[in-house]
Amino acid sequence: MLTDLTIHELGARFRLGDATPTQAAREYLARIAALDPKVKAYLTVTGEAALARAAEADARFKSGASLGPLDGVPLGVKDVFCTRGVRTTCGSKILEGFVPPYDATVVARLVRAGAVILGKLNMDEFAMGSSTENSAYFTTRNPWDLSRVPGGSSGGSAAAVAADLAAATLGTDTGGSIRQPAAFCGNVGLKPTYGRVSRFGLVAFASSLDQVGPFAKDVLDAALMLQAIAGHDPLDSTSAAIPVPDYAAELSRGVQGLRVGIPAEYFIEGLDAEVEAAVRAAIETLKGLGAKTESVSLPHTEYGLAAYYLIAPAECSSNLARYDGVKYGLRVPGARDLIDMYSRTRGAGFGAEVKRRVMLGTYALSAGYYDAYYGKAQKVRTLVQRDFQRAFERVDVIVAPTTPSAAFKMGEKEDPLSMYLNDVFTIPVNLAGLPGLSVPAGFTKAGLPIGLQVIGKAFDEATLLRTAKAYEAATTWRERKPGLTA
Amino acid sequence: MSGAYDVVIGLEVHAQLLTRSKMFCGCSTVFGAPPNTQTCPVCQGMPGTLPVINRRAVEFGIKTSLAIHCTVNADNRFARKHYYYPDMPKNYQISQYEEPLAEHGHLDIEVDGAARRIGIERLHLEEDVGKLIHEGSLETAQSSQVDFNRAGVPLMEIVSKPDIRTSEEAGAYLRGLRAIVVYLGVCDGNMEEGSMRCDANISLKRVGAIPLGTKVEVKNMNSFRNVQHALEYEMKRQGRALDAGERIVQETRLWDPDKGQTVSMRSKEFAHDYRYFPEPDLPPLNVGARWIEAVRVTLPELPAARRARFMRAHALTAYDADLLTGSRALADYFEAAVAQCGKPKAAANWILNELLRELPGDDERAVAACAISPGKLAGLITLIEDGTISGKIAKDVFEKMYRSGEDARTIVSREGLTQVADAGALGAVVDGVLAEHAKVVEDYKAGKKAALAFLVGQVMKATVGKASPGVVNSLLAEKLSKL
Ligand SMILES: [Zn+2]
Repeated sequence: MLTDLTIHELGARFRLGDATPTQAAREYLARIAALDPKVKAYLTVTGEAALARAAEADARFKSGASLGPLDGVPLGVKDVFCTRGVRTTCGSKILEGFVPPYDATVVARLVRAGAVILGKLNMDEFAMGSSTENSAYFTTRNPWDLSRVPGGSSGGSAAAVAADLAAATLGTDTGGSIRQPAAFCGNVGLKPTYGRVSRFGLVAFASSLDQVGPFAKDVLDAALMLQAIAGHDPLDSTSAAIPVPDYAAELSRGVQGLRVGIPAEYFIEGLDAEVEAAVRAAIETLKGLGAKTESVSLPHTEYGLAAYYLIAPAECSSNLARYDGVKYGLRVPGARDLIDMYSRTRGAGFGAEVKRRVMLGTYALSAGYYDAYYGKAQKVRTLVQRDFQRAFERVDVIVAPTTPSAAFKMGEKEDPLSMYLNDVFTIPVNLAGLPGLSVPAGFTKAGLPIGLQVIGKAFDEATLLRTAKAYEAATTWRERKPGLTA
Repeated sequence: MSGAYDVVIGLEVHAQLLTRSKMFCGCSTVFGAPPNTQTCPVCQGMPGTLPVINRRAVEFGIKTSLAIHCTVNADNRFARKHYYYPDMPKNYQISQYEEPLAEHGHLDIEVDGAARRIGIERLHLEEDVGKLIHEGSLETAQSSQVDFNRAGVPLMEIVSKPDIRTSEEAGAYLRGLRAIVVYLGVCDGNMEEGSMRCDANISLKRVGAIPLGTKVEVKNMNSFRNVQHALEYEMKRQGRALDAGERIVQETRLWDPDKGQTVSMRSKEFAHDYRYFPEPDLPPLNVGARWIEAVRVTLPELPAARRARFMRAHALTAYDADLLTGSRALADYFEAAVAQCGKPKAAANWILNELLRELPGDDERAVAACAISPGKLAGLITLIEDGTISGKIAKDVFEKMYRSGEDARTIVSREGLTQVADAGALGAVVDGVLAEHAKVVEDYKAGKKAALAFLVGQVMKATVGKASPGVVNSLLAEKLSKL
């Protein structure tokens, strides 16, 4: 089955002429038709457009003019990315009927690389959530256990890769939304350095934290995906004009002599014993491969969560102000006046979690509270950044658990605060703007995937990828697949 | 108003920058296009779109900052200012707040011959909003539409210190500022089209009183005259209220030019909490010394300096120099004409008396596009100075030049307007006039000196204005004395 293959395996088949992009697209579309009713990863499937793109790729391969590793490869993108002519909901009712006249830069780059976009993937509304239960449309299931969540907010993107409903996907990570679902769904998820990948066309949640990254079946695929989307974009002033290395070429360098930091603050009470055991075993594996471990201290970790839950809602309250019923998306009829139209539209269009954060953020930014909340949170953010800077003076990468536990059951975490704790290990990385990656590091007794998080220096994704690659090559976790049947 | 009050006025001036594209996207800024034809996803604030700073707008901001003696901040940044209104695509405006482009400047003005220095608090950049089009009046409209053509157009806001004391000073400050931005070519200064807008803060306090008066903001003044009238109205209104022992309410008022009064718009109770915070989609804007210096060398001679030079080098009165330097195009025109005819006083008179009467408004573009080029005006002046035509004929020639664009010499020679100064030829005409108006000659001889002017007029009439007035005068005097 072509749907079992990684990007690089699929590409090799295309180049050999053993398979065509059209065959791959058809197989994926058939598998989506058969399995997605169970997994519910896709919000929108663009089958016709996908087959048209695939046919173009067929022609390129036939003429020997293929565009590169992603040419003809079927991919999915989180519904947070604007797609020209294809509805973009961001998992929210308030964007109902919104069809952007432009592509997000990352989507445009994938398309330019010849990728075949299968459709748009489910997510927590406006990327706020850790379970994809906050989607306004439906909850995506974890392919390893359909009664469990896939994580969030990029749950659809993670589940699609785990269930072989796309060769790879794009997600976004504001406080862990790539790494946490990657850990829950057992795939490789990479959140690049802030500024490494353009945010243009990514529907903003928290502008200073959001970053785009891939979900992939293995580390090499993640490297290929990053290669395609990384680099400066004149449309995004926060995207960095820093050269993009050849990530795939860097992978083979191994971890011999690599200095690996182990932060004490990430092995805390509340960390699930099975997760801890798996992560400690992974550290031993890295040692066995020649890495040198050293304990590092990130003392402000415990304040990261609180700072995040002020900064992210503050920015979200601002970014979401534009959804008012005036210009696009939902407008609830029957309003008496302008304010009534705003209130009705936003009242009906936003879900509970979004409203909670908009209110939190509005409060945190309001006159008289700014310094006490937003201002203070920014100071904590600086302290978290300094923690990492100090640690990275001594080590090349930091490894830690991605999440405190494996995937939880749907509906299990009704209390928002306990839900927020899920991101405790991923959030500091966003506050510091650093790259982070989750790679499969084992399974619980119940058969649920466990993720190992690798954190790197700014713009040093290459070291994360090579660490993960060495670990992946030394383990067999990748061979296990969820037992899904139609 | 009975008591004596100290008046404290501060002005906030918004000037639209003359960039080709908007503040944060590539859309055109041309005025008057059909609604929503100059928009893109960025200036419509569509999901996922991001702003990119217009470098030229920053340059214009730096240029103006230098001209008004502000210190340009090396590190400045944009912030978001939040409020809900349908003409604002994102429901926040990208503006500058705590770290503006420039601060601490001043502008020197002169009122009734007295010089005053008005402090400038800050200069910052921001984007404009769109425009609402109501079907009918705002209160009864069945529908309202939004035109986003203006949304995202670059604005520069210049905030004065509360140093202004009278409406005349306010007017002088505004005219001075306008002249500068127009000189710099960063704004067209057109208040009617909204490229320059002004809000005023005004408060009164009893002379000698320690606490500051309550501040009232006046908006919606779209001409210099409106600003002065509105301020005068407010001074009286607040003075009367204070006389009557009332408390001034802190509020925003709108100037209604039809009624000639300010009306309350909203009180402080409904004041907005703008929830400013640094714009996360834009990195801090670094304006280094090299950039500032590169802009500094492009600064033209500014109105005040030029005015002083005109008075010094061309012996113009302060009044004439002021008028001529009020517009860069006009001053350029004057200098070009002087360069060719060498007669500054005559050139100033022709420009201020004749040219400005013909031109629509004091529009810069009209001066530049005028049919009488500075060279042609110089040609006309030369014909007067060398005695070829009389001043009176010259006025007719000027009008013909203005309509046809022809030069003075062409018109004068075609229409035979050359001045007659030949005493022999004019002598016969003078004799004829004296014979024809014996009664007037009697009056003159009886001591009615005014009769001479009548006789001169008759000679001019007989020669269709071509007679040299000097020659006519001396001929008449000579002949009358002999009679
Ligand atoms: Zn635009």
